[in-house]
Amino acid sequence: MITSFSEPTEITDNDPLAAYLLAAAGPVELDKVDLDSPALRALKEAQVMLVVPLISQGELVGTINLGRRLSDQPYSTDDRKLLAGLASQVAPAIRLAQLVAEQQAEAEERERIAHELEVAALIQQTLLPKTLPEIPGWEIDAYYRPAQAVGGDFYDFVPLEDGRYVILIGDVTGHGVPAALVMASCRSILRSATQQHSDPGAILATTNEALIVDIPPNMFVTCLCAVLDPDTSTLRFSNAGHNLPYASSSDGVTELRATGMPLGLMPDMQYDVVEATIEPGTALLLSSDGLTEAHNPEREMYGFGRLRELLEHSYSDTDLLKSILTDLDRFSQGVEQEDDVTLVVVRHTSSARSSAATFSGVTDLGSFEIPSVPGSERVVMDRVLEMVASVGMQPDRLQRLGSAVAEAAMNAIEHGNKNRPELTVSVFVAVNDGAVHVSIADKGTSPAPLTAVKEPDLEAKLEGLDTPRGWGLFLIERLVDEVITSQTDDGNVVELVMRLEAKT
Amino acid sequence: MTTTTFSWDVQSSEDDAVLVLHGDINSTAASGFEAAYAQIEGGTESIVIDFSDTDFINSTGIALIVSLLAKARAAHRPVIARGLTDHYREIFDITRLSDFLTIEDPAQT
Repeated sequence: MITSFSEPTEITDNDPLAAYLLAAAGPVELDKVDLDSPALRALKEAQVMLVVPLISQGELVGTINLGRRLSDQPYSTDDRKLLAGLASQVAPAIRLAQLVAEQQAEAEERERIAHELEVAALIQQTLLPKTLPEIPGWEIDAYYRPAQAVGGDFYDFVPLEDGRYVILIGDVTGHGVPAALVMASCRSILRSATQQHSDPGAILATTNEALIVDIPPNMFVTCLCAVLDPDTSTLRFSNAGHNLPYASSSDGVTELRATGMPLGLMPDMQYDVVEATIEPGTALLLSSDGLTEAHNPEREMYGFGRLRELLEHSYSDTDLLKSILTDLDRFSQGVEQEDDVTLVVVRHTSSARSSAATFSGVTDLGSFEIPSVPGSERVVMDRVLEMVASVGMQPDRLQRLGSAVAEAAMNAIEHGNKNRPELTVSVFVAVNDGAVHVSIADKGTSPAPLTAVKEPDLEAKLEGLDTPRGWGLFLIERLVDEVITSQTDDGNVVELVMRLEAKT
Repeated sequence: MTTTTFSWDVQSSEDDAVLVLHGDINSTAASGFEAAYAQIEGGTESIVIDFSDTDFINSTGIALIVSLLAKARAAHRPVIARGLTDHYREIFDITRLSDFLTIEDPAQT
């Protein structure tokens, strides 16, 4: 019968008693052991007479400690046999229980780390711009996909007081948590540099000086810094070892070349500033190397050649980011994403500002709003034709513009504003550089389906195999010279461009 | 200019059933278009649609014309478009309606 418990005595791995017990074949009488062992002293103090080591797979997983027998007799040979048998049964069970407990602890630790990473990813998301800049005549889009929960890529847009924008894209060496920490610090330094300088070279040089103090020695940051002046269409940019931006238009795909040392490598770096004009119809792509260095299952790299070719064909896609990502995902299907992918598209849609006439060369012909009532498209058409009457458009072109305006207005009323009279359709009319620009804006939340309009199948419609409707978007595209669609926070904007005279 | 309400009348001769359209051809013309066709349905003569008193046709109007043309074709009745302005001739070309009906020259009207 057990009459008392003592606190379990811990036998540390480096205690000589541990080795002694491991070596012992069975129960050990402590009286016969003479070691300089703290555990041995503690056990003797606790009046333990006999220790039965529990050994599983060569490891001491515990002991059974017995005090004096009630009869005061020494433990018999039978007692020891029984205890040895018991120990051989108990030891593996205890080992198993220990393993289960260890695994549970490990799982809990993993869960805690995963949770921390989730929080880190959320924090990192807040470091990226929550909204994209809205610049009349320009469309800006961005995409970020880290390879792990958090990443070392970043992009940023900083408006300057004079109406210009700083556009930043960067990539910290490596990925995961270390890269994310450096990314956060680098972004803050860049932001504060834009408060002191509006020159891209100076922004990078200032950032480099500040970053070099803190960055770990084996890490650095590549970064492209561009300052866009939407009014003059000029882009001034400097490069700290980042991928070159591509400018794509009907003239082809051009690399905007500027070179410089990555940030955080060497002090006292200077960065050259290069200037480029981003003509209307041009799409600018800034990217990180997670795109061009993605692999397919055959270990081929996506590469600049493939990107260039894609841009040549797809630069005018309304959703260029989606076209690039679709191509990338198709290419690297079945391969785990190796590096963070970041893309920024800056597109110059039009030289006209639909809502302001401050832009040089633009004459504002007026603007108006109408409630979304079916049939109002005719009103919109008539009013636009009146406003345009004095600019000298060829009569046939004027009529075509009128029909296209009516269709776009009907689309805005029916699809954008769902025929809700309290929602208005806004119309802006301007003439610029030999062309009339009519912008028709609705308050719709879903994007206007204005891309890739296929020719309706008239035969199928006449056979009753297809709805007789579905002509609106097709007509708009065929009637005017250019259709530019965009989305703002308020709704969809369709801009119709019609030159005063046909191209000769 | 303001929106003008759609109306129609039928001026049939021995050879043709002539539908004279007045006003805007848009969604508000839908029921009128059906009623107008119902009035000439069952015959075998050619159908003339006279557009000379209409100055606005939108894509919904095009859809109404496609529906009428589909019914006429099912009844093997030729369709002739009369009094179209150059602008709407162009729209009939763009939509390829002109491949499936005869557009009368202005001189013949």
